[in-house]
Parts: sequence; C-alpha cells; structure tokens
Amino acid sequence: MTNDQCSIEFKHVTKKFGAATVLDDVNFGIKKDKITTVLGFSGAGKTTLMKHILGLTMPTSGDVVVLGTAINHIGELELREFRRNFGMVFQYAALFDFLTSFENVAFPLREFTKMSEEQITDKVMGLLVSVGISKEAAYRLPSELSGGMRKRVGLARGLALDPHIMLYDEPTSGLDPITTHMVYDLMRETHYNNVHNGFTSVIISHDIHATLKYSDEIVFMENGHVVEHLDVESFKKSENPVIRRFLEL
Amino acid sequence: MKQMVEKRIEILGTTVLDLLLGLGGFTNYTMKTIFWTFKPPYRWKLLFDQIYFIGNKSIFIIFLTSSFTGAVFAFQIYVGMKVINADSFIGPIVTIALAKELAPVLTGLVVAGRCGAAMAAQIGSMKVTEQIDALEVMGINSYQYLAVPRILGATLSLPLLSGIFLLIGYGGAWLIGTQVIQIDDAIFSSKISDFMDLGMVAEGLIKAAVFGYLIGIIGTFHGFSVTGGAEGVGKGTNLAVVWGMITVLVVDFFLTSFLTKIL
Repeated sequence: MTNDQCSIEFKHVTKKFGAATVLDDVNFGIKKDKITTVLGFSGAGKTTLMKHILGLTMPTSGDVVVLGTAINHIGELELREFRRNFGMVFQYAALFDFLTSFENVAFPLREFTKMSEEQITDKVMGLLVSVGISKEAAYRLPSELSGGMRKRVGLARGLALDPHIMLYDEPTSGLDPITTHMVYDLMRETHYNNVHNGFTSVIISHDIHATLKYSDEIVFMENGHVVEHLDVESFKKSENPVIRRFLEL
Repeated sequence: MKQMVEKRIEILGTTVLDLLLGLGGFTNYTMKTIFWTFKPPYRWKLLFDQIYFIGNKSIFIIFLTSSFTGAVFAFQIYVGMKVINADSFIGPIVTIALAKELAPVLTGLVVAGRCGAAMAAQIGSMKVTEQIDALEVMGINSYQYLAVPRILGATLSLPLLSGIFLLIGYGGAWLIGTQVIQIDDAIFSSKISDFMDLGMVAEGLIKAAVFGYLIGIIGTFHGFSVTGGAEGVGKGTNLAVVWGMITVLVVDFFLTSFLTKIL
C-alpha cells in the first residue's frame, strides 16, 4: 500500500505504560475513502490506538503518520491546529452539558472560524437536520435528549469543521438495536456524502454484527498486536482462531 | 519486630513518595496554567462569566456573613473594653480587624466552600464524561478554556468581595455600636480615622487576591485530578474545599508576617 492511499499510518508503533506494553510493534495503514473498524476484545489496545491517531498519547517508539504528518514529531501548538482535521464521536457523545444541542454544534465554528452568527446558524441547523435532529430538539440541553439523539448531535458537532478524518469511539454503546442501526446508517451516509474529499472513517468497536454490515475494512487487535487487517469479505473467511471465536459470538 | 519496622518504613516511604508526586503534579499544573494565561486567544466572556458566578452570586452569603461578623465582633469587643472603660475604641478595633484579617480570611473561606467546590465538581464531571477529551480533540487547551478563567475570576473577585465584606461588616458593627451599645456616632467614626490607614485596607485586599488565586488553582486542580465516576467527583470536590480552606488559613499567617513589614 502506498502512502498516498493511506490517511493514517502506524509505523512500528510500540507504546508502553510502565512495564505494560499496550501496543506492540503495530504496523499498518488506514485507507482513505474507507470505513475502517478497529475490532477487538476489551483491553486489546483499541482506545490507545485511537489516542495515538489523535496525538493525545505519544508512542514509546515508532511513528504515527496522519495525512502525511508524523504527529509525534510536531510541537503541542501545531498538534492542536492539526487536530482540526479530525471529527470525533465519543462513546457517550461527550456533549457539553452546559450548552444546548445547537450551541454544542456551533461551538467549534465559533472557536475556529470567522463565520457570522447568521452563517453559523445556517450551518448548524443544516447539520442538525442532516442527522435527524428537529429544530425544537436543537434548543434542548443534552440532559433532555435520548442516548441516540445525543450521538447524532455528537456526530453533527464532529462534522462542523468539515474534517478529513472522522473517528467514532464505541458509537453505539448503550443503544438499543434499532437505534444502533440508525446511528450506523447515519455514519455510513455521512461517510459516503463526504467521500469525494478523501474522507476517512475510523470506528472503534466490539460490535461484530454492525461492523460486518457497515465497514469496508476491519483491523482486528489482540493484546496490543494487529492480528488481521482485511476487507469485510476476507475477514468473514479468516481462519484465525481468535477471529473465528469473535465471529461465532 | 523486624517485619513491623520494615512495614512502617514502607508506609512512610509510600506516603512521602505520594506527597512528592502530588506536589510535583500540582507544581506542573500551576506552571501550565500560568503559561496558558498569557497565550491567546483571550476568552473575555468566560472570564466575565466566572466573575459573575464567583463575585455576584456570592454577594448574598458575603452580606450575611459580614453583617453578623461585624455585629457579633462589636458586641464581644464591647464586653472586654467596658471593663477598662475603653468602649469608644470598638469602632477602630472592629474595623482594623475586619480590614486586615476578618474580611479577606472569611471571604476566602466562604468562597473556598462555595466556588472551590463548584469548580472541582464542574471540571471533574466534565472529565468523567469525556467533555474535556472533546475539548482537547477539537484542539482547545482545556487548562486555558476551563482553568484560566476560573483562576483569574477568583483572583479578581475576591478583593471585591472582601471590600464588600469590610463595608457591610463595618455597617453591622456601627449598628450595634451606635444603636445598641449607644456609643456616640461621631466618636465611633472619628476614632477609626485616627487609627486606620490605607495600608491596612491594601493589606486585606492583597490577601484576598492571593486567596482567590489559590482557591482557583486548588479547585480547578482537584477537578482535573478526578478519576472514576461520581465517587471521584465527590472526592475531588471534598479535597478542593478542605485544601482550599487549609491553604487560606496557613497562607494568611505567612502573608500577614510579610505584608505587615512592607505596608
């Protein structure tokens, strides 16, 4: 795989916390335009992997290259600028609880752009409508929204700055099966609406059924290693016993 | 016996190590907040929101504390001074005590309880619900966004609240002195100008500003240090109040020693 095809590359990344090795010589790339899910059991190193992509954690050795920049070699201020390339949906949405849905989505626009309030209102309402949030719900606080609605507002907030890479950390955790599929449909729709810009979606999950249905590629992790990195069809046919066990769940 | 000694040494070692780690973490945090205070963007709205919360929203409790403190203190001084026939000194004694000690210290204690706890609880609950991670992922420094306005807000609000405490406390003392104890109003007031100077007021205001800074930094530090869930937030809040109050009382001693020499 050439560098041009990947928006994220892990180059022999090892991460140690004291004596514990959380990532062990991880070496792979996440392709542009694809929905890639990082799958694995709890404690496999998925969240640490995602924190490396965001530059929230630095590798003990190796390089993390995102959109052609080795983010473990840039300064803190530059890294903060760089993070605007990312949109992120957190496990429990992580909406600011002192702001309404509208204000949550407007937050990054007010912080980082010089858009007028009128332009911000147009953009925010457009984003909220695109994720299925009504005008009435837009002016509610996160505590007044259901889990699924919070995730959708979180998605709208993540998309506000037109990111190149969208990250989802356990996006459907705590949701019922129907809402889970609604959220995944929305994520897929979001991805393919933006894909012409080289948009990349990375999902951290252990929901095997949704992953098989909605992903293009799967990275399977176990004990800090990448065990397999395959497209969905090849993944289904994998003979790896750990993956077989996962698939049979 | 040997085992017991070893155990004690181990406990002592762990305690010292924890203390040093805590101190190191706090120093590191303080340096970071100082660094981010001077880095743009300057978020004036957040600062004014904090001044409103810490200052304006504390006025009622400051009013209550100061009026009764002034009144009770005037009564107590009267009881003592009456014996030596010096009850006309109630005014200056109460006012000097209020200006130099009672106003900044009691304001500090009230704000440490009310706002230090709120700072730790707000930041702590944001931490456990990943809202701080969300800020960081957006490229916003959470210290700059959450800690700096609170620390500056407390530093600026405390002298104002302490000034209000002094005025209302004086009012309480005046009411008791002139209306209950029946000291002549002119004597009560004139003695104050004989014994008080601006240095005393400045001492109280400087102390209040230092207490405000310390309450802000301790409250926000314990918010950022929260781990776990609701229990962690409760623990952080508790630590913010306890350490905030202890710090006000201890630092007051050293500040008094220092400021009385230079003012």
